[in-house]
Amino acid sequence: MSIEATPRPRPAVGLGRRRRLATAGPLALCTGLLVAVAALSLTQGAASIPPGTAIAFVLNRLPLIHIGVEAPASWETIVVDVRLPRLLAAGVVGAALAYSGAAYQGVFRNPLADPYLLGVASGAALGASIAIVSPLESSSYEFGWVPLLAFAGAALAVLLAYGFAQSGRTVSNTALILAGIAISSVASAITSFILLTGGDRAQPILSFLFGSFNTASWTRLVVGAPYLLGGAAVIALHARLLNVLQLDEEQAAQLGVDVARSKVILLAAASLVAATAVAMAGVIGFVGLVVPHVTRMVFGGDYRRLLPLAALLGASFLIGTDVLARTLLRPQEVPVGIVTAMVGGPFFLYLLRVRRIGGFR
Amino acid sequence: MSAAHAPAAVALLAARGVTVDLGGAPVLRGVDLDVRGHEVVGLLGPNGAGKSTFLRAATGLVPLAGGSIAVEGVAVDRIARRDLARAVAVVQQLPEAPGSMLVEELVLLGRNPHLGLLSRESAHDYAVAADAMRRTGCEEFAHRPLRTLSGGQRRRAFIARALAQEPRLLLLDEPNANLDVQAQAEAFELLRALARDGVGVLVAVHDLTLAAAYCDRVAMLVDGRVIASGAPAEVVTSEVVSRVYGDRVIVIPHPQSGAPIVVPAVMERADA
Repeated sequence: MSIEATPRPRPAVGLGRRRRLATAGPLALCTGLLVAVAALSLTQGAASIPPGTAIAFVLNRLPLIHIGVEAPASWETIVVDVRLPRLLAAGVVGAALAYSGAAYQGVFRNPLADPYLLGVASGAALGASIAIVSPLESSSYEFGWVPLLAFAGAALAVLLAYGFAQSGRTVSNTALILAGIAISSVASAITSFILLTGGDRAQPILSFLFGSFNTASWTRLVVGAPYLLGGAAVIALHARLLNVLQLDEEQAAQLGVDVARSKVILLAAASLVAATAVAMAGVIGFVGLVVPHVTRMVFGGDYRRLLPLAALLGASFLIGTDVLARTLLRPQEVPVGIVTAMVGGPFFLYLLRVRRIGGFR
Repeated sequence: MSAAHAPAAVALLAARGVTVDLGGAPVLRGVDLDVRGHEVVGLLGPNGAGKSTFLRAATGLVPLAGGSIAVEGVAVDRIARRDLARAVAVVQQLPEAPGSMLVEELVLLGRNPHLGLLSRESAHDYAVAADAMRRTGCEEFAHRPLRTLSGGQRRRAFIARALAQEPRLLLLDEPNANLDVQAQAEAFELLRALARDGVGVLVAVHDLTLAAAYCDRVAMLVDGRVIASGAPAEVVTSEVVSRVYGDRVIVIPHPQSGAPIVVPAVMERADA
């Protein structure tokens, strides 16, 4: 240690610029991947439409762009009204699950945390089940009661878990996880009961439990967007605090973080994002657990870089697995949640063997 | 090694009758302690005396069962965490951090209390962090992940993070643990240099000799009570030391400075 009487701040050793460069490269890489997977998604399906034509249809919808295309009129409908909303839904849900998963893992300082930890998935499934078997579903409500009650169920589950875990102004991570597990089991038990006793009317519950984008529509995207963007913006504002929280709660407090308040805000925002994603597409597992984890393994644990990269990779991953879901057993569709687990599980095991699990301790 | 400057008017840290119960067991019982700018104060005492608890209480992390702790004249539990972190920095004994975090990333987190929710680190923040790493000798391993560091390097990285906070009061818990003799001396010389700049330093230490050599004042904490406090030569005496640690150690004067040195009182050796 060299000793000097007075601190004389000197120009830094380029740390700030190195950090920005370290972010720009991976960001460009992941954006490129997303664009490639999105283009693939537009061309795949019952009608095989060339990539150039498909992209031209999409670009023509933007202002000030007109590209002449010679193709059947029905192709344009397929690309713009069927495949594009489905592509966007898969991308948005994948990004949302990965983003909220990264925030959950950061708050809990645990690589095994995922956005369903506090009951978002089982609460949403219960809400959706109630909507499916109740008389509501047959009523004429254009948006659909399933996403609405799914969202309410998810929100209620998280609020209950938090309420039970809280003591005074603070809430311990262990208590939160245990409360989340308890609430999840109760909600899952009721869902199973509805599924078993509901007869044929309850069958759509299964497709909610595995997740699917075949009900994707522009309406759902537009309704969900404000919640997703609002929640994501709050998390983005807390990215640096998530870095501080990686130390531990006592050190974070000594570095000026109001830990109790930051935790409430982050968990609320992450749960909002995850609940919206589940309401839009059902319970899609694995993305929220594995994508943030893989992102951390590859690109490091700085949350200001990790959050946007996890969102881009989550979107790419889910768009890609949705293409597989649509094409593997054509014309039949495999629930996308099954594909994410079938593809993601082995890949994750491979990463575990090749690059030892790490990034946390 | 007495401070050349006059002590500041308001104590940076003022503890009065601090009493702490942890799980019903009294850990601190009526501790009085002041730390002013420009001085290094040593908190001495055997294991379990309550040194670490006192440091945690000083940052408002432990509820007080009695008494008060004020930082710059304001009760600690009335100061917002961010404001407190701009005044007081802490170096814990064995702080945890992700093994993949780089040293420079860790040190930069010390700037957190100076940054708003929307702001990014400015050139000034990077310069302060770089300076903190330079003063603690972390530059050569600034780009390395924490998991690759030796115990001594790791400790220096955490001290650098505390310096990056630009605190007026610095609290350290056993900063010399895991350090070799040379590094221990360097660590305490750094504390002296900080005190010269006006920082108030409170350091919990096991090593009585080290404390006596570098501290302006020391307080001996035993079973949660301060049993002696004052200049090292008044506290680190044969009488106090044998009362606290038993008769297996003796205090002798340093051959050059006359500062007290505590050594084992070897009466017989197994091979003698």
